[in-house]
Amino acid sequence: MSIKIFVPIDSTALSLGAHEVAEVISKEAQAKKIDIEIIRNSSRGLFWLETLVEVETPQGRIGFGPVTPSDVKSLFDADFINGGKHPLALGLVADIDWLKKQERLTFARMGITEPTSIDQYEAHDGFQGLKNALKLKPEAIVETITSSGLRGRGGAAFPTGIKWKTVLDTKATQKYIVCNADEGDSGTYSDRMIMEGDPFVLIEGMIIAGLAVGASQGYIYLRSEYPHALKTLNEAIYQATKAGYLGEDILKSGQAFHLEVRRAAGAYICGEETSLLESLEGKRGLVRFKPPLPAIEGLFGKPTVVNNVISLATVPIILSKGAKYYQDFGMGKSRGTLPIQLAGNLKRTGLIEKAFGITLRELLYDFGGGSLSGKPIKAVQVGGPLGAYLPESQFDTPLDYEKFSEIWAVLGHGGIVAFDETVNMAKMARYAFDFCAIESCGKCTPCRIGSTRGAEVIDHIMQGHDVKKHVALIRDLSDTMLNGSLCALGGMTPYPVLSALNHFPKDFGVDAKDLKA
Amino acid sequence: METFVNESILSPQDFKVVNQCIENYRHMPGALLPLLHAIQDDLGYIPQVAYPNIASALSLSVAEVHGVVTFYHHFRTHQPGRNILQICRAESCQAMGSDALEAYIKKTLGVEFHETTPDGSITLEPIYCLGNCACSPSVMINEEVHGRVDHKKIDQLISDLKGKT
Repeated sequence: MSIKIFVPIDSTALSLGAHEVAEVISKEAQAKKIDIEIIRNSSRGLFWLETLVEVETPQGRIGFGPVTPSDVKSLFDADFINGGKHPLALGLVADIDWLKKQERLTFARMGITEPTSIDQYEAHDGFQGLKNALKLKPEAIVETITSSGLRGRGGAAFPTGIKWKTVLDTKATQKYIVCNADEGDSGTYSDRMIMEGDPFVLIEGMIIAGLAVGASQGYIYLRSEYPHALKTLNEAIYQATKAGYLGEDILKSGQAFHLEVRRAAGAYICGEETSLLESLEGKRGLVRFKPPLPAIEGLFGKPTVVNNVISLATVPIILSKGAKYYQDFGMGKSRGTLPIQLAGNLKRTGLIEKAFGITLRELLYDFGGGSLSGKPIKAVQVGGPLGAYLPESQFDTPLDYEKFSEIWAVLGHGGIVAFDETVNMAKMARYAFDFCAIESCGKCTPCRIGSTRGAEVIDHIMQGHDVKKHVALIRDLSDTMLNGSLCALGGMTPYPVLSALNHFPKDFGVDAKDLKA
Repeated sequence: METFVNESILSPQDFKVVNQCIENYRHMPGALLPLLHAIQDDLGYIPQVAYPNIASALSLSVAEVHGVVTFYHHFRTHQPGRNILQICRAESCQAMGSDALEAYIKKTLGVEFHETTPDGSITLEPIYCLGNCACSPSVMINEEVHGRVDHKKIDQLISDLKGKT
């Protein structure tokens, strides 16, 4: 029988040469007349070990990484397929501390299955949530989600069940489920991993959402920067349709659900839900006024659930194992788990799914291993380009929506970007304004003009022009943007700007005494 | 010597492509973005001379079509080089030295962002996050992402592109 060898097909693995590794393994095995089968699995999310090659043994899968094409010959020489000794050997993958310490619920299958194999998805508890949902009334599905405590994982953390209830209670001939897959925040990649690595879990979550609110059509609005996710999703939708999970009559239940992927076109603002809906309708992505809420008048004016990929991908396990199972994880009002993404200047980057409550320090040092450069970590940005920069003195904050809000920070989509001491925080504050100016939809003045003026004022401060006056001006401008912008782009750009200024005034050439207005 | 397309005139062949795309997508709800993607996938850009046909098929004004094309960073109105090299400028890549990488690439290619090398081989573009933040800094070449890019790696990638015809 041939020996199974796993080489991930996730695009981060590919960006480090996973295709080449698979090719060289295959050639080497052929030359040595060793019977192997190469399986292209999803990534475990231990990205610092990519390309992570796994070999199936009677004891379980053993890992080798990070493997480059030039390591392959020595792996064969060491008889790696029979667990031979090699400097890259990691032992049983499931026993790697970094993985073992996690609580993988949404990412349970990650790294284990082949992304577009529906048989493997079913064999690993797939579609159990949907089968349970089909036995429930819509109200009961919504109630399960509400009592699980699931909050929107895109960043806004709005209770998913309440959103669904609004759509369920709004009468209409047509309703929609829209998946926000426009993952534009720097430092985040959990949506991409799900779509490339376990697409059926997202599809299942969307079907359940459709049953819960009475929607028969779903759209996945996918960022154009993710071409591999596009191919994987389309293949998975094709498989799911063929197997009877999508279409006019889901599993012969008499209920319909159709699903289609729509490509975005590189506008960060389209991650904002109303701008996303405009874009899906074929228009410029201008933010809409609220109310009306999308739950009442959304896509094409119809009641619409707009949820992030991770929120929807978490629905199946809640329906499969029950609201209480999920609710038992977490702290305070932050229930369940959060897929945390370690990025930037860290030794061990990757996907960590943990119950809420873990501290930044544990993530940065126990998991992350400190900075890759070996220099002290000066600041971390949590929650994407609109998230605050946190200094070392705040690293003991537990990951919890409310605890973060107490220190004027956000968890956002769970991305953590670490910077070492070489970073200039004034430059990062200026970048935040620049980014806002580039990505502003232009509809409201605080965002459209404030971003450009803000960058100019930062320049004045950095050049030492009338510092006290300009610091006061930045605070005044930030106040206008915070309170006067239509959406989070203008409304949250002050988070990175002011947190950088308040925590790192030296980088701006500002004396602590000049900080206050 | 590279011959560039005269973009004020579209070849009959390219017009056929545009009209075929219009036929494929005109009845779809919210058709404009999928249609523009299809045209750009086939031609490499969205020719402005095609706006009137797109507009009339979707009952839009030419101004509305122009507004959508220019709103989105992904859509281009001019023929790009044979390859597109996008450099990530977002925070995670900045934390790993993307500023220096960007300067090095611009110097190596002799072009700024949104410009094409004189031999027509590479168009350079900025991009804000490729979702490869665990292995920064990253660049994307056509549809493939490359992570942990240093000078040596980018030199190799560029020379591979230059060698391609």
